[in-house]
Amino acid sequence: MIRLHAVSHHFGERPVLEGLDLTLSERRIAVVGGNGSGKSTFARLLNGLLVPERGQVLVEGLDTRKDARAIRRKVGFVFQNPDHQIVLPTVEEDLAFGLKNLKLPPADISTRVTAVLRRYGLEDFRHHPAHLLSGGQKQLLALSSVLVMEPRYIVFDEPTTLLDLRNKRRLAQAIHELPQTAIVVSHDLELLRDFDRVLVFDAGRVVVDDVPSVALDAYVRMMA
Amino acid sequence: MSLGLYLHRVSPVHAVPAGAKMLALLAAGTGLLLFPSLPVLSGALVATLGLYALARLRPREVAPVFRLSAFVLVPLFALHALVSGWEPALVAVLRLAVLMLLATLVSLTTRASDMLDALERALRPLARFGLNPARLGLLLSLTLRFIPLLATWLREIQEAQRVRGLDRNPVAVLVPLLVKTLRTADTLADAIDARCFDPEEPS
Amino acid sequence: MKTRDLVHVALFAALMAALGLLPPLALPFIPVPITAQTLGVMLAGSILGARKGFLSLLLFHLLVAAGLPLLAGGNGGLGVYVGPTGGFFVGFLPAAFLIGWLTERAWSRLSVPLAFAINVLGGICVLYAVGIPWLAVVAKLPLAKAAWGSLVFVPGDCVKAALAASAAVTLKRAWPLIQPPRSASPAVPPPSST
Repeated sequence: MIRLHAVSHHFGERPVLEGLDLTLSERRIAVVGGNGSGKSTFARLLNGLLVPERGQVLVEGLDTRKDARAIRRKVGFVFQNPDHQIVLPTVEEDLAFGLKNLKLPPADISTRVTAVLRRYGLEDFRHHPAHLLSGGQKQLLALSSVLVMEPRYIVFDEPTTLLDLRNKRRLAQAIHELPQTAIVVSHDLELLRDFDRVLVFDAGRVVVDDVPSVALDAYVRMMA
Repeated sequence: MSLGLYLHRVSPVHAVPAGAKMLALLAAGTGLLLFPSLPVLSGALVATLGLYALARLRPREVAPVFRLSAFVLVPLFALHALVSGWEPALVAVLRLAVLMLLATLVSLTTRASDMLDALERALRPLARFGLNPARLGLLLSLTLRFIPLLATWLREIQEAQRVRGLDRNPVAVLVPLLVKTLRTADTLADAIDARCFDPEEPS
Repeated sequence: MKTRDLVHVALFAALMAALGLLPPLALPFIPVPITAQTLGVMLAGSILGARKGFLSLLLFHLLVAAGLPLLAGGNGGLGVYVGPTGGFFVGFLPAAFLIGWLTERAWSRLSVPLAFAINVLGGICVLYAVGIPWLAVVAKLPLAKAAWGSLVFVPGDCVKAALAASAAVTLKRAWPLIQPPRSASPAVPPPSST
């Protein structure tokens, strides 16, 4: 469970988040909102990439202000552009990067890497240079590199924005099948239809918090 | 890492550790600088070619590497010959040729990763300057990962500016490239931190 | 160093390599084509500052010395360092450092002319101060001849210094990274950093 208590944040003079009080416990939580509504900032609060100016973010009771390292083991993060999050030159090295940071023994690293490669059909690309993968494969690699660390929560920041329709569906399927809690920031409403809960952001506040059938319609009306 | 000049063979030259080869190169360079006579240089040239044979490198494989050096050596020989006669010209150019041959031999017979390990050890004293040797590995890999990406961005931005007629204006290419690079740096740093990297840890 | 600083160092080393892939630019009135790589040196110094700029070029040198063909024209390996132009490559390091050091000190009043002067000082004076004696010793040329021969590159390098200065001043407005030394005000945190 992730809790936010009276969270506010500014960039310079501009408020980006104001007075958020939320408890996130559903398995599939969607976050929607216009550009600049604060949803990307919100996503970065959840694993301590950003610490709020005021208020507290607690992940299973741990405060992101004090326990960022422990929290990052629990909360994985998939960014919008896989090119900006694939760190190492080959598929295998990139998958192993997080596991080495967790100080796992080499044998465990190898086992986990093999398992995740098989799960997403990337076995043939094990020693492949990451920059030669297709856009869809890159996004799957980015997701795999996070999954391989076995986090309990995964935050996605607009993961399908740069993908074509087929790869959007493939990623949607992959997210659907995750055993973990997923918190997905997205403009891709189709992806969010079967979620448990939708938060609609506007000007740094949550203006609608409901099931998709209600919240997504409200959001579409808001944007009209 | 498969990039680089390395050519794989099983040979005594390949077997010598990278650090030893680089020290030997340094010694040879100093020696040739101190004793630049035609007999010494001829002997050194024969010995160097002998080492190439010992390393089982065929002339045909090695030729492209030397084409670049020839661009420098041929005009230099002509200049020296004009100014001070053919014998000093031969000494100057032969010394350079032997040195470049030896240095290239080291590069051809040593894996880039072994070379980097040796260089890393040589750079240990620089740790004081803020270069944590344990972080060097990540830096090298990150650089290798982003070279092809930056080359692609550069091409894309050039093409975009060509459409606007700005491709003859280098600032119109450079500034977007730099902004894109710095923006990527921010996300990339977040992505590295999100995967539990600790920049301060000595490990 | 923070993760973001490490990333800057690595990305500018990659930028050096990407600039080496640009076809050399042929300018009218100059017989020798100019390559974009000294531009990378100037940019590293004037955008990242002394320490990160220097480390970024050191990283680039390590990859070249290890045998990767990253210098303009596909040049690389240890042969580069024993060759006649080796001094110009080694000079990248002090050049970037000096450009960064001076840029940090001039930061609050950095203008295009000032940045140009800094880039000329570091990217031309320092670079040539290392490169020319090296050329003279390695190629057994008299110092004066080596210096005269290098002068053909000066106009091209001045163009690069002007480009780097203009880019650096634009970037200072769009994306300031350098903090002036001993400033009392706390650094403004960039969006989305830890």
